[in-house]
Amino acid sequence: MSVKESKSIQQVLFSKRWWILTALILVIFTLWTAEFQEANTTAVLAGTLRHSTPLVLGAMCGLLCERSGVINIGIEGQMLMSAWGGFMIASTSGSLLLGVFAGIVIGMMMGAVLAGISVGLRGDQIIAGTVINIAAIGITSFFFSLGRTLPSGKTQVIKLGPLADIPVAGRVLFSNKPITFLTLLLIPTLWFLLFRTKWGLRTRAVGEHPSAAETVGVSVIGMRYFNVMMGGGVAGLAGAYLSLEAVGSFERGMTNGKGFVALAVMIFGRWNPVGAWGAALLFGYASAVQTQFQFRDWLTNDPQFIGIIPFVVTIVVLAGFVGRARPPASIGQPYSRE
Amino acid sequence: MPILAVALAIATGAIIIAFSGSSPVDAYKALIDGSLSDSKSIGRTLEKATPLVMGGLAVAFAFKAGLFNIGGQGQLVFGALIAGAVGYGITGLPWIIHTPLALLAGAVAGALWGAIPGILKASRGAHEVITTIMLNFVALNMTDWLASKVWREEGVIVRTPHIEESAEIPRWGEIPTGFLLAVVIAFVCWYLLRSTTFGFEIKSVGLNPNAAHYAGISVKKIVILTMAISGLLAALGGAIETQGVVGRYEPGFNAGLGFEGITIALLARTHPLAVIPAAILIGAMEAGGSMMQFKADVSPEITDIIQALILIFVATPIIVRWFLSQKEANELSVSTTWGSS
Repeated sequence: MSVKESKSIQQVLFSKRWWILTALILVIFTLWTAEFQEANTTAVLAGTLRHSTPLVLGAMCGLLCERSGVINIGIEGQMLMSAWGGFMIASTSGSLLLGVFAGIVIGMMMGAVLAGISVGLRGDQIIAGTVINIAAIGITSFFFSLGRTLPSGKTQVIKLGPLADIPVAGRVLFSNKPITFLTLLLIPTLWFLLFRTKWGLRTRAVGEHPSAAETVGVSVIGMRYFNVMMGGGVAGLAGAYLSLEAVGSFERGMTNGKGFVALAVMIFGRWNPVGAWGAALLFGYASAVQTQFQFRDWLTNDPQFIGIIPFVVTIVVLAGFVGRARPPASIGQPYSRE
Repeated sequence: MPILAVALAIATGAIIIAFSGSSPVDAYKALIDGSLSDSKSIGRTLEKATPLVMGGLAVAFAFKAGLFNIGGQGQLVFGALIAGAVGYGITGLPWIIHTPLALLAGAVAGALWGAIPGILKASRGAHEVITTIMLNFVALNMTDWLASKVWREEGVIVRTPHIEESAEIPRWGEIPTGFLLAVVIAFVCWYLLRSTTFGFEIKSVGLNPNAAHYAGISVKKIVILTMAISGLLAALGGAIETQGVVGRYEPGFNAGLGFEGITIALLARTHPLAVIPAAILIGAMEAGGSMMQFKADVSPEITDIIQALILIFVATPIIVRWFLSQKEANELSVSTTWGSS
């Protein structure tokens, strides 16, 4: 089943022609907006990768949860809490590494809250996620004190030796900040774990048919707790990325809807980490072109129209593709052993 | 049972206040002082409660059809802006026409905006939780643009001009008339859901869309109509706020109200009449929040935390059942698969 499914995702759902056509249009558009200059092209592509990182992390959080049958609408709140917690720890301890670590731990704790309400207490999963989102806004604004700064600054760019000197590709792929590199590693790792290991098979079994999984001795409750907490950790990494790598400070509501866009990315990517990466790059590209628009003085008088692009794209994607995507079968239903 | 949830939340809030180094007793005393101590503060509480009643009704109404409308914020700002535009743009009308006209314009704008996620759900199966949140961001940007480019008042501040006197909703002594209007609307919703065929159809779709479909109810029509009415209710809250309190539309208008609607609807267990006391409770927290900062040096965001705690305790009936040891599990459920319509 595992081989068949990963194959069908590439072959049936996303015909290759469609991908090639999209890629071609994007390349032409990129070259056009960049006026065929290397620096501009690099800027757009690097921006795409930068904007896609929190989205693909959020999407991986979502698919970890949903593959085992738990809807996570609280990614936004988990990211926000981790962005705040990671920043607070990093600014008080002076260690960015500790901050990132704290972000991941806080994300896992938020995952535990979601799992506790929706798996343990069998509450409604959508309401549980909404609770996390609202609580995150309240907690982060209550405990956030203005004027805090990071003593050591945000994470720095790492260059992978001579690879980083390759024109365009080197600057885009081999000269990045640590969490970005970590994300690029995490995508194939999660794909491998989901589709090629015993844990992955069990996760998917729990998401598709929990009582069958229970019959063969898999603990449905245990798997869901574990996966939702792991997913929370990944969302935590996304939060740490925002405050410690992308911005270098915390702002109220700094996730700005990224957790929800990540859900659309997950659906667009058919609950597959590699597919989600493709979708995240598409969304990232939409944001990167925005920046380019501002840079080139297009539509600068009406920034609101540029601001809505990612949200409109999310709606269009959801309306256009979700009807044809099939989520894990047991999603949204609390499980209780009879 | 909801009372217990509130009590638990307030107790937990007290622990958090104590943790942050202030006295919980002083803080809550200041909260009550600022919200319920005299007729003026009660008036302010009711004023704050008005859009909350409407926001709570919007969420509760959609819940009856099994829909989760998180788009209250977007619908509210659209209602507020359009009511403001009609309120200042049309002149020379007597108040008996102008006031309801502006309210109606805001309500219709919200109904149309609210219908979009309904249509997307009915025709394409897009989950309303995500589309409504995305539309919130779109609505905030669009109203920002309209207020700063199309209907902007001359001057440095981005806002629409003050509405005509004929469009203003007056106060009735200390009691804002808008609040009375909201109460009337709550009763209308209650009657609609309880005693009409339409209300029966909505509840049937909420309980079991398949069964409703086989009983001959057009599920798609109900989904779209319910979302439109839900949007209308939220937008009317915005319109009342513009015409009764603020007098104009400013960007950043009542940010976050959409989420409070969810808390209130869940606290009221989606009963349209129970929305009123729930909204007054949250309204009192809003009204007393600034007093709490002034007198007890507690950041007003603590009320956000208390609200989130209320939500947690309400959303998990088992916790409360454990405390009460009785099976009063009127559980709420809105989770459907992403692809279902």
